[in-house]
Amino acid sequence: MNSFRVFFVGGYLAYRALFTWLRPSIYVPTMLGGPVFQILFFAYIGRYANLRNDEFFVVGNAVQASALAGIFGMAMTIGGERWTQTLSPLLATPANRIALFLGRALPLVANGVLVSAFGFAVGWALLDFELSAGEIPAIALVVVVSSFACTALGLMTGAVGLRARDVFFLANLVALLLLLFCGVNVPLDSLPDWMQTVAKGLPLTHGIQAAREIAAGASLADVSGLVLTEAAIGLVYALVAYVLLRFFEADGRRRATLETI
Amino acid sequence: MRLARLLYVGWAFNLKSLTLSGFFIIVSIISPVIFASIAYLMFRAGARPGSLLFVAIGAGMMGIWSSVLFGGGGAIAWQRWQGTLEYCIAVPPPFIWVVLPLTIATATIGLYSLTATLVWGWLFFDVPFELAHPAWFAVALPVSVLALGLLGLVLASTFVLYRHANALSNLLEYPIWLVTGLLTGLALLPGWTRPLSWVLAPTWGVKALREAAIGGDPAFAVAMCLVLGAAYLVIGHFCLGYFERLAREKATLTLA
Repeated sequence: MNSFRVFFVGGYLAYRALFTWLRPSIYVPTMLGGPVFQILFFAYIGRYANLRNDEFFVVGNAVQASALAGIFGMAMTIGGERWTQTLSPLLATPANRIALFLGRALPLVANGVLVSAFGFAVGWALLDFELSAGEIPAIALVVVVSSFACTALGLMTGAVGLRARDVFFLANLVALLLLLFCGVNVPLDSLPDWMQTVAKGLPLTHGIQAAREIAAGASLADVSGLVLTEAAIGLVYALVAYVLLRFFEADGRRRATLETI
Repeated sequence: MRLARLLYVGWAFNLKSLTLSGFFIIVSIISPVIFASIAYLMFRAGARPGSLLFVAIGAGMMGIWSSVLFGGGGAIAWQRWQGTLEYCIAVPPPFIWVVLPLTIATATIGLYSLTATLVWGWLFFDVPFELAHPAWFAVALPVSVLALGLLGLVLASTFVLYRHANALSNLLEYPIWLVTGLLTGLALLPGWTRPLSWVLAPTWGVKALREAAIGGDPAFAVAMCLVLGAAYLVIGHFCLGYFERLAREKATLTLA
């Protein structure tokens, strides 16, 4: 019962604290405004470079937008605890670690889905992009799975934050690399072979591919392999993140580095 | 003479300080290189030939803008967090001469971006680096940096009135990249964005650098950078004066 409370109440409070008590003046420009302009920016580059149509960029960037909350959010929940000197008291509690950290992940997955949905809506309103009502549930499922996978990667980044001082640097780097490698704006087959190989092991790649196929008319069954692969990648990252969290927690206690800024 | 020393020492100190910041390494080196790589790959896969130097210069200017946006936009807020804002205002020289070197330093840091994207493109994407007008390029580069630094002064003096300046900086990175045509043709954008692009220094800075590097007459773009820079200085002067008076009246100088 206590683990449920830690999962839901702790996760909710940590999410609100992430945005300094979730003010619209921070949330709207950061979580909604930024991704929308990102979609427009790349769609216009795509037009200028004569690369692909608007749909390619709306789908790629709207799904990628779901990653931002997960990666930065998870990294910042741990980095923020260190910054406010609450990491040691937090880890001194006997709270179940899975409930503690996954509880923080859940609102971020939901947030990622919301941001992505907003991106799709803006793409539909401002660019040459159509999505039929029948395609929306399948796309929504893909976005949920992608958001989960990215949040798992964010959890892994945050776990490194138990050891590294500057987790924000790492989170920025991870987000930028996803933008480069995962076929968000460059067709996967146009990437060099080694980049395609790396992309196959990253979250987002299969999710974006699945979403593009659905937007082009495929059914959920047609892309089930891609969706399951994305989910499996997310599970692997979540597992690695948990192992790293436990390892770095024990290491931080031994070295007395949990409060180092 | 004293003013020149103040400007130089402030600029050099802030340049060193920013160079040691992990955040600015991301903003001014890693991020532009990754965006340049994306753009190189997009243009290579697309059907617009001969555009890679255009991309390299545009991506470099993106980094300069990001440095100015985050550095200039947060300049006064940072002094406030560090507890040094009161001292900056209390010293004998006018506040503007204390802030200006900081915002120019953030634009100068952006030179890392241009260098990084040109070298990266030359090494990995066969971007040719042959300047059509080397002398003009040598003029256009510092003038562009100066104009963007002065734009940073306007950001520093206006963002401070918005408590969550970082959120505003997050919002304004992509739209300015877009409306100033750093990686796209301005003609593709809706007509109503045109006046916005005219009053923003990155539009003219990137135009000056491209015309100096690829070919054309950069004189007008260089002149526009100078005119806009002077306008930003006047606007920044009045906005900073307003901020200083407001903060003194309300006793909010140290309130983070």
